[in-house]
Amino acid sequence: MSTDRIEKKILLRATRSRVWRALTDSAEFGHWFGVRFEGPFKPGTPISGIMVPTAVDAEVAKSQKPFEGKPFEFVIDRIEPERLFSFKWHPFGVEEGIDYSAEPMTLIEFVLEDRGAETMLTITESGFDQIPLSRRARAFQANEGGWNGVLRLIAKHLSDAS
Amino acid sequence: MRPDRTAEPNLKGAAPLFAALGDRTRLALVARLSAGGPHSIARLTVGSAVSRQAITKHLHVLSAAGLVRHTRRGRERIWQLEPARLEIAHKFLAEISHRWDMRLSRLRNLVENS
Repeated sequence: MSTDRIEKKILLRATRSRVWRALTDSAEFGHWFGVRFEGPFKPGTPISGIMVPTAVDAEVAKSQKPFEGKPFEFVIDRIEPERLFSFKWHPFGVEEGIDYSAEPMTLIEFVLEDRGAETMLTITESGFDQIPLSRRARAFQANEGGWNGVLRLIAKHLSDAS
Repeated sequence: MRPDRTAEPNLKGAAPLFAALGDRTRLALVARLSAGGPHSIARLTVGSAVSRQAITKHLHVLSAAGLVRHTRRGRERIWQLEPARLEIAHKFLAEISHRWDMRLSRLRNLVENS
């Protein structure tokens, strides 16, 4: 199993141009993603935003609440109309007091294909192996609490040892 | 929504493990290695009221329980949690993957209903 990338496929009951707009119109993107951008996406250009709880789902909004107002930066990579949209970011790069600028970013690619009247969206995020392991560890520790992480490691150890 | 593997832990072989962890200093060492990744003894001793020799002894107890292991870097020993590296990398991807699932289901709501 790769530790460097993830890939997701989702078949959407919508036209390719509808999905394209939801991905590349920065306001629409922000709506489902939970971020408010300062302007439009342009290829090869960084864009800042702040995290906002999604309006779509109350439970998710609650989990996003601690991150509300945190700054967020994407570096838009490629915009190839109705086919490919990609950007780079620092995954979980919202921790205060840490300068992420020298660290490698991961690349997120959205690829669209027609499936009859529907649209197949493939998303990949890659480059995780370049992120320091300690930073990767912190990403879920921030989420679950450090001790929970320790307990899980112990449980894992027990199940491996048996 | 994560599968909870800790719900019914298999307790076989657990006693030595919990004995090893049944000490504040050792528990703190495990926590530190868990949060910060591999450390040398020198770094593990920084800020601790416990001597370097004592830390070394505690690490060997944890090692005997299979919780930590060390590698050599020159004359130094670097200690790390035994199951940690791959587990961390895989848990990280699982977390990232879970977040994308959530986001994509919101994207679906948006494009299929408007």
